[in-house]
Amino acid sequence: MIIRIKTLAADRRHFLAGLGALAFPAAAQAQLTIRIEDPDFRPLPIAIAALQGKTAEERATADQIGAVMTENLRNSGLFRPIDPNAFIQRDGSEVNAPRFNDWKGIGADALVTGSVFHRTNGDIRIEFRLWDVTAGVQLVGRALETLETNWRRLAHKMSDVVYQRLTGEQGYFDTRIVYVAEEGTALARVKRLAIMDQDGANHRFLTSGKNLVLTPRFSPSAQEITYLEYVSKKPRVYILNIDTGRREIVGDFAGMTFSPRFSPDGNKIIMSLTRDGNSEIFIMDLRTRERQRLTNHQAIDTSPSYRPDGSEITFNSDRSGRQKIYVMNADGSSVRRISNRAGRYATPVWSPRGDLIAFTKIEQGTFYIGVMRPDGEGERILARGFLAEGPTWAPNGRVLMFFKKPRGGLAKLYSIDLTGRNERQVETPLSASDPAWSPLLKD
Amino acid sequence: MKLKTALVVLAVGLATVGCSANSKDGVDGGRTAATATERPDAGTSWQNYTAEENNGYSDRVFFAYDRFDLDDDARSTIRAWASWLRAHPDARILVEGHTDERGTREYNLGLGAKRAAAVRDQLIALGVDAARIQTISYGKERPAVAGENESAYQQNRRGVARPSGGGA
Repeated sequence: MIIRIKTLAADRRHFLAGLGALAFPAAAQAQLTIRIEDPDFRPLPIAIAALQGKTAEERATADQIGAVMTENLRNSGLFRPIDPNAFIQRDGSEVNAPRFNDWKGIGADALVTGSVFHRTNGDIRIEFRLWDVTAGVQLVGRALETLETNWRRLAHKMSDVVYQRLTGEQGYFDTRIVYVAEEGTALARVKRLAIMDQDGANHRFLTSGKNLVLTPRFSPSAQEITYLEYVSKKPRVYILNIDTGRREIVGDFAGMTFSPRFSPDGNKIIMSLTRDGNSEIFIMDLRTRERQRLTNHQAIDTSPSYRPDGSEITFNSDRSGRQKIYVMNADGSSVRRISNRAGRYATPVWSPRGDLIAFTKIEQGTFYIGVMRPDGEGERILARGFLAEGPTWAPNGRVLMFFKKPRGGLAKLYSIDLTGRNERQVETPLSASDPAWSPLLKD
Repeated sequence: MKLKTALVVLAVGLATVGCSANSKDGVDGGRTAATATERPDAGTSWQNYTAEENNGYSDRVFFAYDRFDLDDDARSTIRAWASWLRAHPDARILVEGHTDERGTREYNLGLGAKRAAAVRDQLIALGVDAARIQTISYGKERPAVAGENESAYQQNRRGVARPSGGGA
């Protein structure tokens, strides 16, 4: 699916509107920015004006896009969308000429306006602008075009633009989640791979439930998933093409293969291979079919995850007698333990930004989701539960998803901000575990 | 008169022996002393060999938390499996390794594999041909008992024997 994006310059009227601010350079320089790490952080009040359309169809699309954007920004925990019933300027004139005092009056710091155009060839075009209400200037303007059936992706792209301009961090709304959907009792559990947009839309199942499936993870292109499937009592790592549904086994190994992830370049799978009961970490090159063993220890070595530049690998091992987190060079050399506190540490996952490693920790019967720096310092616990496991990073390295099961309850997906704020359940049709967040989708 | 007393004492003594044999075998109180003292012969089918109503052998062994070493009970059970396999040379055996749910998924797959391998190694040490033994780890995916308490977890940390073919 092709999405075309152009920048919309601020036109003359916007400069005129901004003149007031220019008379006060200090105000103009005060950039509208969300400071997420501030202790007194408050979500930014934003008005998302009704997008305009000439026809009833255009207006219907406009309303849907506005609703998706509103939910995205609200759910991020960084924005507080203002109730449209409070809007004063609502006759469509705000699209190009907002009356900033009207928006200031209802408490908006930022304003989104725009229009939707249906083309005769089945495409839609959206022009939208983000305004700094206090300074009275346009912050960003974009025109986006794509197939009409693809309108949700435009809404996510627009959300990403707003998020990026106001937080200084990359957005993460134009992404998908793959996870394991669970049905049935504890003794007769059926597990299926399922995929959905980041906001829960476009949900579908990828496997039938006949075979046990676990731990799906996206390829860097977001077109493929590597995961564990039990086929004829043989647990092996597979790659599934999301669009074609084609399934391919990774390598021809005599023993169990599990805990797979793609390398950052997408050319290799890193995973555990079990021989005579002992699990070691291997790399399988998908082009040459060559395999390389990275660890050589009688302990359980598993859950490998690449540093985003491919130079190092973090993994889980109980070679010290208990589960701890280790880092090694990409060729298996220079193994060093990074988690040095009490408790069992597991499932290390390197942040897409490279600055942190997310993990699961088990201590005195409680499960924790946390992050630490790659040198093991700066540990912070973000979430906890009777059973909480399997963190996965949004592509901006700012938001994490994991699954959590309360005592006597069902496992569900949760997302949380890196600050530990805004923990919220991600709605799924069934019980859910093993989430994996995709990279940003390609235009 | 004296003889009669002696007979009574002897009878009491026999009953005591029967009773202690009963408890030593770990048989629950519902079973009679007569069946408790006899176990099925290795020549029988696996189903009969492990049937509870026959005072059969267990089809599973248990492990301590986060461990895969075999205790005396487990070794004795695996000896019984080896006897059965000797009596059924055409049978093969699948050993499943399982964990409780109080660990992370991938590590538990590795731990289940260690448990299955520990059972397999013990069978090989007892003379069973390695080619007849297969192992599989289910990690925490296939609990035997539902429940979020130590007694359920204990029963789920297990290695299970599943023979197939000749006599199973």
